[in-house]
Formats: sequence, structure tokens, C-alpha cells
Amino acid sequence: MPVREGIYGLLAEFNTPTELVMAAKASYNAGYRRMDCYTPYPIEEAAEAIGFDEPKEKGVAGVCLLGGILGGLAMFMLESWVSIWAYPLDIAGRGKFSWPAFVIPAYEWTILWAGLSAGFGMLALNRLPSPYHPLFNAPNFRNGATSDKFFLCLEADDPRFSITESRSLLESLHPVSVVEVEH
Amino acid sequence: MATKNISPQDPMIDPETGEQLVIAPGHTFRSVTEKLARIVLTTHTPLAWFFGLALAGSIAMMLMVAVTWLFLKGTGIWGITMPVAWGFAIINFVWWIGIGHAGTLISAILLLFKQKWRNSINRFAEAMTLFAVVCAAMFPVIHTGRPWLAIYWLFPYPNTMNYWPQFRSPLMWDVFAVSTYATISVVFWYIGMIPDLGTLRDRAKSKFGRFIYGQMALGWRGSTRHWMRYETASLLLAGLATPLVLSVHTVISFDFAVAIMPGWHTTIFPPYFVAGAIYSGFAMVLTLAIPIRKFYHLEDLITIRHLDNCGKVMLATGFIVAYGYMTDIAYAWYSADKWEFFMAWNRMFGLMGWSYWILIVSNIAIPLTTLWSRRLRQNVAFLFIVSLIVNTGMWFERFVIVVTSLTRDYLPSSWGTYRATRWDYMTFVGTLGLFTFLFFLFIRFLPMIPMSEIRQILPGAKIDEAELQHKGGD
Repeated sequence: MPVREGIYGLLAEFNTPTELVMAAKASYNAGYRRMDCYTPYPIEEAAEAIGFDEPKEKGVAGVCLLGGILGGLAMFMLESWVSIWAYPLDIAGRGKFSWPAFVIPAYEWTILWAGLSAGFGMLALNRLPSPYHPLFNAPNFRNGATSDKFFLCLEADDPRFSITESRSLLESLHPVSVVEVEH
Repeated sequence: MATKNISPQDPMIDPETGEQLVIAPGHTFRSVTEKLARIVLTTHTPLAWFFGLALAGSIAMMLMVAVTWLFLKGTGIWGITMPVAWGFAIINFVWWIGIGHAGTLISAILLLFKQKWRNSINRFAEAMTLFAVVCAAMFPVIHTGRPWLAIYWLFPYPNTMNYWPQFRSPLMWDVFAVSTYATISVVFWYIGMIPDLGTLRDRAKSKFGRFIYGQMALGWRGSTRHWMRYETASLLLAGLATPLVLSVHTVISFDFAVAIMPGWHTTIFPPYFVAGAIYSGFAMVLTLAIPIRKFYHLEDLITIRHLDNCGKVMLATGFIVAYGYMTDIAYAWYSADKWEFFMAWNRMFGLMGWSYWILIVSNIAIPLTTLWSRRLRQNVAFLFIVSLIVNTGMWFERFVIVVTSLTRDYLPSSWGTYRATRWDYMTFVGTLGLFTFLFFLFIRFLPMIPMSEIRQILPGAKIDEAELQHKGGD
């Protein structure tokens, strides 16, 4: 990946979640799309304000469903194959395909792979782990975003982005500060 | 300003509802973050922590000794014999797994029911689950005597002997139930911790701390898009963990219920095992929470409301367990089967009858008569004692189920008795030490109360809708 230079975006800091949501709404209404809020706990209103609809994305849920189906099928097929072909046990002539007994490990594996898919799928969709991110360069970000401050970042690759205009928009929304974030 | 007859109101009681508050008033995002992060990031570890860790560690050493000797000599050093081939190993296995279940109940089922009060206690309840599963899973493995061979007995993998396991056996079901339970518990616990690890990364002063927590936080930065996917993943994991936790103790009860032993072969076992698991698990939550909140001064975050609610859950599940005991006796009477009838009589009045009465006194007589009282439920010392009594009682429940049935089966010629040896006791007490040791490490190095979830229930987290309507949307 080529070394990126220049600005990642403009980062505005707010003291309360209400101020953040209002600022996010105002920026969205001003036509910005490439932006994100950074908060110390999940705020659904902020997601609405920046136009992000997770249920519509269906990412995590889809991966979870797929993982569950594949996990359950895999175990059921393994059990059937082992019990019928690979290692058949003749116990007083009882049937080899005793599927009720196979349901239990298959059930457990459905949950196992659905859960692993949900967890790791969430991380993958979020592009995590990513130990480096330009936002960590902002001087006030690390002291607040994971404890008690609320941030809105307008990203430089938004077509409407311009250092001066975006800055004056953010400054009109009563932030504590607005800083430029370097790559 | 003088007003008349205003009694000094208890600040912990909500004036509107008259209920105990979930979190003491006056906390802000910063105060909660600092209070909880300081426990982990402090450079002044309390001396008592070192003392506790050393004590628990030396008890865990006993486990090391007992298991080493077991691997050298074989399972003959235990008290297991014919007819009681399942002794302490299975009793401790079932007991420990049951304790783990309350952690999943708190973190998953109460999340689905939107019980916000659980937010302060879910993290360490999940840690309790993990460590309990570690202790539990050890028993069936060492019970095989030669666990390095057990890999091909238990796991289906292509091996040079062309051998495959028998999937119709409840013991194989156990393997998948317990291994899934352990894996999903780890994933749920770790994912829940990622935002808090981010907080620790950003607040750590030492370079080493920043590096370690930074690696563990995976670069979490609190992006709203991330949070929304994270919330969906948490809900899905909770939705998966709920049927999982119910299935695990059900599968474990199949170990017994699928056999034809009198006293085991009953359909009541699955629900009765699950209820007993939650009963003992909540007791263990109290056993852990009460000393921790006192020692780390967390009374503001783990409040009387939490303890009171745990007491209520214990009361409810305790009655399900009591119903199970009565059903057992009713089955014996109604079945008109003389072996079942003899089993019930033998449990109560036979050679091992004392263990049944310990179980009745400590699981039913003491807790189910006292936990009705709000005053007793809110009495911390009393709750602590009851939690210890219930855990003892639940251990004896497993003892009664395993030993009384096996020592007196159908043929008097195969009757026997059971006496645990010092190695059995050392292994059991050793796992208590291991559990405590792991718990001490956890409360020192990881955030034991989820900061990000506490923030959500603070008054400052409310979005002011009126202001939004007024100013926003222009």
C-alpha cells in the first residue's frame, strides 16, 4: 500500500452525546457522507444521523447464519459418514443411520460455528484488528474517545470536503475543538 | 428554607419507584472510567492481592501434585471401584459446569431480556464461567487416566488406526457440548472486553501496558459503524449462548438419564439439572461478588440491588430444584417399580442417607425459607453465608445422584460402597484453588466491570430529544 500523505479528516470534539448527534445530523444534511462518530459506548442515534443502517447491511447476521448452517451440516454429515461407512458398528443388528443421536453434536456445532462466525465476522467487517489508524494521531482523541468524549470526523475523501468550509461548518456546531488529523 | 418532616432519604433508593438504585448517584463517564481503570492500571497492587494469589496458588499446587501422581499410578489411587466407577470426577465435573452456567445466564439471557442491571456483574460472571469450565473439563479428561490417548477416543480425526468415535454415546455428546460451551464463552467474553481494552490502552501509563492492551484491543476506536456491528454480534452471541447453555446441562444430564440405573433413568433430569446449575451458579456469583465489592470499594457499582436480584433468582431456581426432588420421589412411588422405590428409600435412609439430608437442609430448608425476606436478601453477610451453603448443597446433590444410585443397583450381589481417598479430596480442593487463582489474575489484569456498558446506564448517556427536535434537523 502506498504511503498516504496529507489530511485524513477534520475531527470535532463534543462534550455530550446530544451535541454529537446534532452535529452529525447537521453535517449529513449539509451533504457529507464519508464521516463517522467515535463514542465511548454505542449510540444508535449517532448511527441514524450519519445514515448507517446496520440491520440493512445484514453483514454480521448473514455471516452468522451461514456459519451456523455449514457447521451443523458438516457435523451431521461427518457423523453419518463415520457411522455408516467409515466405522460401522453392528450392535445387535441395530440401524446404522441413527440420526436422533447425531442431532445433538450437530446442534452444538451449529451454535459453535454460528458464534465464531458472528464474532470473527464482526471483526472482519469492521476491518479489525488494525493497530494503526490515523485518528490515533489526533492529540485529543485517545484521552476521550474511549472514556468520556464524543467525536465527529469528516473525512477528507468526501467529495464535499474542503479544509476551510468543512472547518467552518464544524465550528458552527459548538464543538470543544476542531483539529486536523494527519495520515 | 425550613421544611418540616423530611426524613433523611436513603440516597440509594429511587424516590420515584422506591426501589434500590442499580448504580449509586453522582457518577459520570469519567469517574466510572477512572475508578475501574485504576484497579487494573495501578502501580500499587494491594498487598492482600499478592497474599490471596499466593494462597490460591499453593492450593492449586495440590492439584498439580494429585494429577501428577494420578498420571504416574493410574486411576487406582482414587476411591473409584466397582460398582462406583464414577466417583468424585463426575461429581466435580457436573458441579463446576453448573457453576459456570450462571455466568452465561447473566451475560446472555439477561441481555436478551434487556435487564440493564446486569451490566455491572456480567463481565466477572463470564470470567467465572470460563474458569469453572476449565476446572470442570479437566475431570473427565483426567478420569480417562491416560488423557494423551483420550484424543482419539474423543475427537473425530483421521488417525493411523482407522478408528472413529461412537457418536451414539452421551459421553461423545459431552465432548461437543462442553468444547462448544468453552469456545463460545471465550469468544463472548473477549468480544465484550474489546472496548474496555481500548480504554485501558488509552489510559495506560507504562509502555508495556500500552503495548499489551493495545494488541488485545485490536485497534478499537469506538467508531459508530463498528459499535453497531458490535451490538449486533453481541445480540447474536447472546441468542446463541442461550440455547447453548440450556443444552449443555441437558446433555450432561443425558449421561445419567440415558442409563437404566434406578434414580437416573428419568425425564425430569434435563430441566432439573439446568435449574440446579443456575441455582449454584448464582450462589457462586454472590460468593465472588460480595468480597470483591468490599475489597475494591465497588459498592457504588455492584449495589444492594444486584445482590437482591441474585437472591431472587436463587429463590426461583431453588424452587424448581425442590420440585425436581419431589418429582423424583413421586416417580418412585407412582412407578410401582420396586427398584425405583427402594432407590428412593435408600437415598433417604440407607447407608449414605446423611448426604441426602445435608442436601435437603442446605438446598431447601435454609435458603428457600429465608430468601423470601427482603431484609435478609439485602443483608450482605447473610447472603454470603447462604451462597456458601447452597454451593455445598449442590455439590451434595451431585454426590447423592452419583453414589446412592451406583452403590445399590438391581442385583444385591453387585452392591458396594464408596469412599473417596485423599487424592480425590486433593484434586477437588485443588480445583477450588485453581479457580480462585485464575480469578485473582483476572481481577488484577483485566477490567472486571464492563466500563462501556456501565456508561450506557449513566444519566449522562441520555440523548436530549427535546433539544434534538429544537435545534437539529435544520
